[in-house]
Amino acid sequence: MKKFLIALLFAPIMAFASGPVVHLDKWPGSVSDKAALQNGAKLFVNYCMNCHGASYMRYKNLLDLGLTEQQVKENLMFTSDKIGSLMTVAARHDEQKQWFGATPPDLTIIARARGELGDAGAGADWLYTYLRSFYTDENRPTGWNNVIFENVGMPHVLYGLQGKQSLNHETHKLELMVPGQMAPAEFDKNVSDLVGFMVWMGEPQQEFRQTLGYFVLAFLALLFVVAYALKKEYWKDVH
Amino acid sequence: MAGGTFEKYKSDGSLAGNALEWVDARFPATSLWKGHLSEYYCPKNFNFWYFFGSLALLVLVIQIVTGIFLVMHYKPDAALNASGVPIAFASVEYIMRDVPGGWLIRYMHSTGASAFFIVVYLHMFRGMLYGSYRKPRELTWLFGVGIFLVLMGEAFFGYLLPWGQMSYWGAQVIVNLFGAIPVVGNDLSILIRGDFVVGDATLNRFFSFHVIAFPLVLVGLVAAHVLALHETGSNNPDGIEIKANKDEHGIPRDGIPFHPYYTVKDIVGVVVFLMVFSLVMFFAPEGGGYFLETPNFYPADPLKTPNHIAPVWYFTPYYSILRAIVWNFFGLDAKFWGVVAMGASVVIFAFLPWLDRSPVKSMRYRGPISKVMLTLFVICFFILGYLGTLSPSPTGELVSQVCTLFYFGFFLAMPWWSRMDKFKPVPDRVTMK
Amino acid sequence: MSKQGKMDCGRRNLIVATAAVGGVGAVAALVPFVSSLLPSERAKAAGAPVEVDISKLEPGQMMTVEWRGKPVWIINRTKEMLDTLPKLADQVADPKSEVEQQPAYAKNDTRSVKPEIMVVVGICTHLGCSPSSKFKVGADEGMTADWLGGFLCPCHGSTFDFAGRVFKAKPAPTNLEVPPHVYLADTRIIIGEDKKGA
Repeated sequence: MKKFLIALLFAPIMAFASGPVVHLDKWPGSVSDKAALQNGAKLFVNYCMNCHGASYMRYKNLLDLGLTEQQVKENLMFTSDKIGSLMTVAARHDEQKQWFGATPPDLTIIARARGELGDAGAGADWLYTYLRSFYTDENRPTGWNNVIFENVGMPHVLYGLQGKQSLNHETHKLELMVPGQMAPAEFDKNVSDLVGFMVWMGEPQQEFRQTLGYFVLAFLALLFVVAYALKKEYWKDVH
Repeated sequence: MAGGTFEKYKSDGSLAGNALEWVDARFPATSLWKGHLSEYYCPKNFNFWYFFGSLALLVLVIQIVTGIFLVMHYKPDAALNASGVPIAFASVEYIMRDVPGGWLIRYMHSTGASAFFIVVYLHMFRGMLYGSYRKPRELTWLFGVGIFLVLMGEAFFGYLLPWGQMSYWGAQVIVNLFGAIPVVGNDLSILIRGDFVVGDATLNRFFSFHVIAFPLVLVGLVAAHVLALHETGSNNPDGIEIKANKDEHGIPRDGIPFHPYYTVKDIVGVVVFLMVFSLVMFFAPEGGGYFLETPNFYPADPLKTPNHIAPVWYFTPYYSILRAIVWNFFGLDAKFWGVVAMGASVVIFAFLPWLDRSPVKSMRYRGPISKVMLTLFVICFFILGYLGTLSPSPTGELVSQVCTLFYFGFFLAMPWWSRMDKFKPVPDRVTMK
Repeated sequence: MSKQGKMDCGRRNLIVATAAVGGVGAVAALVPFVSSLLPSERAKAAGAPVEVDISKLEPGQMMTVEWRGKPVWIINRTKEMLDTLPKLADQVADPKSEVEQQPAYAKNDTRSVKPEIMVVVGICTHLGCSPSSKFKVGADEGMTADWLGGFLCPCHGSTFDFAGRVFKAKPAPTNLEVPPHVYLADTRIIIGEDKKGA
């Protein structure tokens, strides 16, 4: 629906638009897969929230993923004890700036921010590709670099799961040198879940928004029928 | 018709009747109702293009109502909160997440901004298609151009408020345009910002302009626009003056009262508009990244310009014209002439009533030259708009220069090409197509 | 004529139908606007239950905690204080707490869960000022000579006893409100919640 509408609105413009410079892998997940989102939430809290906040989100929002308050408190809340608290990072932003040189960006709406002109949903593809494209690089202070985010400041926090990749400078392809805890397919699935969580988090009410949209359109269709009949009734006098 | 005198309301003796009589003796209730609705006669042949005036009024109401509610939760503050996010930016996400129903109100407002320009552009195109700006409606047109200018200002100020990257750098670039004005330029842009860069002072004054000053002026101009229109009566797709042919009661033979005929018709238009509006709002609120630009999901960072800044789509045609001017003239640099060209490209619409010398108003009775010129103008406008969303490139620059040339040529040569054309005879009475 | 009448009827039905459907839409469109006026998630989070440790509260002392931006008093009443309550039964407006100003578990003679521990919202039920404590018997604190101790609202002079009951013929209409609260342990109270966990 969304894609169709965008295409309809911007078809003449899209025809001219040049493709993205880097190739992005299509994010295979969906925001309606609750189990995947729960797994993504767990990964997010364990691997991302050490440095990045999600400071527009409240832990309470996680209940919408089908979790109970007890589950959220026990498995997902490390820095706070109140379910209504914002999912902020424990460290202070100015201290982080001293440690890392820059404050790691808030990730609440990162999936939306990484969208593209003409394809607002492309942020998911970017994240899905980015998180799987780290490779070892001795010239970097962190020891890591990224294919689609050159000289990135962030280290590969998921390397324990993925293993170590290195970039073959002839084929420009990534090669897995040291396997991680997960097989590549399993790792991809987990990254997809994590990205799904970030897409969901960008707008937690997005599914409700669409559901409401169908109701509103159905209602307007009904209103159209009566309003059109009323117009016809009056205008039959006008010749 | 408007401006005429109407008999005061006489009570039928009922309580409601007495109340209305009391009011009508002290307030022009009857004459307002009759003069602007039930006895305001419109040509009976309005077509699709005539929906957009009332739709623009609807969008204005949507923007004002949603705006009132957004102001209750939004905070114009560039300072950082405990998480290191500017308070203004965080307050928008607060509206999107924490305020019950806030996301819907915010999307109505953001979609409404783009809808406003779509509707107004179509409304302006209607005027150009049927010569609605021609005598005796020049003043209606001028008020309309005024509305358009104020609307652009309103949109520009409003776009800074979310305090995202595009908000920030867009404002930075546009305010710096004033720096191009010789002698006073730099001081002027400092005066506008209230700081040496776009900052908290800028955000607060833009907020004030956006929620108070410009809406007040806008509403006043809209009232003037409608009053002026109702003084002369509406034009129509045939470009015929229906007042020239009245029956024995002084009612135009081709006229029908606005109410109920056009009220019931406009309701249908409103419903269809709301369906399109809902499609965007509920299923693609970012408008594919054109209505809500994706870099604006990053908070404003004065130390880092996004890779590619483009204004929102409704400003891009003029932005392209700005970028198309790369030559220095008369010892003044290209930056200055770009600003002049951009300003001129908007203001030039005001001169249409006096540039158009065609003996007929409506495109229906004009010949091929007019039709081709208007079509090319619309195409140029679209191309300029599209190029304005892209990063600068040599091809783009050349194309935008050609389009800019045609854009101004369309207006400046109009006194000649509008007269040269062939014309068809205009009928005495309106046609129902 | 009859044909004309029929046509008008059809037209009227259509007007009614359009107005009815449109009216439903207009009312539905009010929902997001009206609901945006309700407390936001931030306000709800700020108004979350408050946990209080009363182990250091000596008999005769009072402490104030903030809950939903309002002062909540916790008073450790002495036996003398409690003894004043039955004596005042005919002087206070609602001695048996008939008006719903307290949870069911505090609808008793002392208006509390534990007789000595009083938990009450320190906001006068007249116009929202916070009364001050006048614990001393008699005229020492500017009260009348027969004063047995309690609270005086500085704004309009309403007086309350040690159970937050309002005296007769005072501007405040009802007793002070007892908030929902529950004992987690002997000396730990959660204010704003009825049951453990929830």
